[in-house]
Amino acid sequence: MEALGQISTLHYLVLAAALFVLGVIGVLTRRNVVIILMSIELILNAVNLNLLAFSRLYGLHGQVFSIFVITDAAAEAAVGLGIIIAFFRNKETVNVDEVDLMKW
Amino acid sequence: MISNFSQFFTLADYAMVLPIILLTLFALGILLIDLMVPAEWKWSNAVTALIGIAFAAGAVCKAQQNLRLMESPFVLSGSMIFDRITIYFFYLFLAGAAVAILTSVHYLEVEHEHRGEYYSLMLFSVVGMMCMAAGYDIVLIFIGLELMAISTYVLVGFLRRDRRSNEAALKYLLLGAFSSGIFAYGLSLFYGLSGTTNLGGIGQALARHMEANQGHPSPVAVLALLTTATGLLFKIAAVPFHQWAPDAYEGAPTSITGFMSVAVKAAGWAMLLRVLVWGLYPLRSVYVPLLIFVSIATMTAANFAALTQSNLKRLLAYSSIAHVGYMLLGLIALASVQYPAPAFFDGLKGILIYLLVYTFMNLGAFAVITSLRNKDVIGDELDDIAGLFQRAPVAAVMMLAFLLSLAGIPPLAGFYGKYFIFLSLIESQHYILAALGVAYSVFGLYYYLKIANAMFMRPALDQERLPISFGMKTALGISALLTVFIGVYPEPFIRAVNWSLGIVHSGAVAELMR
Repeated sequence: MEALGQISTLHYLVLAAALFVLGVIGVLTRRNVVIILMSIELILNAVNLNLLAFSRLYGLHGQVFSIFVITDAAAEAAVGLGIIIAFFRNKETVNVDEVDLMKW
Repeated sequence: MISNFSQFFTLADYAMVLPIILLTLFALGILLIDLMVPAEWKWSNAVTALIGIAFAAGAVCKAQQNLRLMESPFVLSGSMIFDRITIYFFYLFLAGAAVAILTSVHYLEVEHEHRGEYYSLMLFSVVGMMCMAAGYDIVLIFIGLELMAISTYVLVGFLRRDRRSNEAALKYLLLGAFSSGIFAYGLSLFYGLSGTTNLGGIGQALARHMEANQGHPSPVAVLALLTTATGLLFKIAAVPFHQWAPDAYEGAPTSITGFMSVAVKAAGWAMLLRVLVWGLYPLRSVYVPLLIFVSIATMTAANFAALTQSNLKRLLAYSSIAHVGYMLLGLIALASVQYPAPAFFDGLKGILIYLLVYTFMNLGAFAVITSLRNKDVIGDELDDIAGLFQRAPVAAVMMLAFLLSLAGIPPLAGFYGKYFIFLSLIESQHYILAALGVAYSVFGLYYYLKIANAMFMRPALDQERLPISFGMKTALGISALLTVFIGVYPEPFIRAVNWSLGIVHSGAVAELMR
């Protein structure tokens, strides 16, 4: 119990910030659409971690918000994968470099 | 902070949110009815959607009458705010959606993609917009934003067999979800800074924070502001977060492009105003310089990029980005003065009038482009609109009115939007920004007249008369009438906007806005 007690809110926030940065880097550098979607999920999970860490201090609001964020992430993934499948059927690729029909 | 469970929702609360409930029911109803509708009767879904919008408008009207009876503008335990601006935005969303539905019916038949989900998704996205405009709790604002955005992702990719539509949906989805994630991260930090999810509570906590730190916010507050502002600016497509807009606008079904460029954008603005003015007002010394940079970058990049476009939808996409730049000038004016100064109200008035006139002139312009889509013609290139005056003289003259109004030529509606924005800039002593804004609006005339030149001076590639469906005629008629009428006789509309700002003067909200 002693060891657990030493994990403060700050630790959670730093972990969340790291996840957020990893997610942003993933979105900006990866070329596979599915992996980009996964990186976006990583950002949303950083948000959840933040909300949960803060709700240790402030009460339930943050936990309720995080449940909504989880639901939103699920909806986004469902629609996102649907769009990716529609795209893949017409183009036979999930590489963002080949998403080049429209430019400038 | 302990949540207050003793406050139950009253019937009065539900009376205020009735427009949202009705639209949700109609959207679900369309999904069910669509199963029983034979393929050649799919247009009846559009009628159902329009009836739903009419009922919702009636409910908004009732809510407007109830405003006078309310002691405080907050409903549902303070998670929603119903002031006059909310009512104003509700009407704006409903009008935008109604005109967009009118332009859709014939277009979807030509595309062979006439399905009920289309109208259902449009109503769902209006529900999301209403939550964004009325939300006074960051949870509700975020959920509203996502409901609107996810519905719009699907609508952009609605032409499943069209590669451009797939591609537009994919780009819009990836960038939209990315920006929502960044936005949510900012919101979570504000929750951490203030201990509440209520916008008013966040504002008060930030005011205390600024006072304790002698007007210099802590790095965490700056990070929270930057991430939140990134999400907000993404949604209204301001430079440097605009790259999704031209692609999504070009690839989307043209009727949806019109809908996105007005209703979705207005919702983005409603959310931007709620968050930046109602919630984060104490941080305005930090975000005003940021907004000045963004607005100059937006006007410059959009106007120059629009010059070389040969695709009509893409050209109007860049033009709509430029209009966001002008509207941001109004926000700069209102945020750079102390609250009850005249520039504050003129800036807000400018943005609200701009959104109103922009809704009708831009929807009208996109409606004309939508009508160019025919059996074998995609109809979104500059060459496709050539000689429109010979093929459909009335539509060509209306298009000219929309284009001149977009450019801000005086006897038309677009002028009044710009007038109040530039007025507020001069009142807040931003002379250079005002001059820049005027210069860029003159500059914009070039690419609008390029379209007009093609319509009137160039011979048509296809001499056949352009068939214009009944719904399209109605949509064009409404847009053209209002574009000209607001321009010639703006009094009732300016009075409506003054009315919607009225509550800002009164004590209750004045306290919130400090």
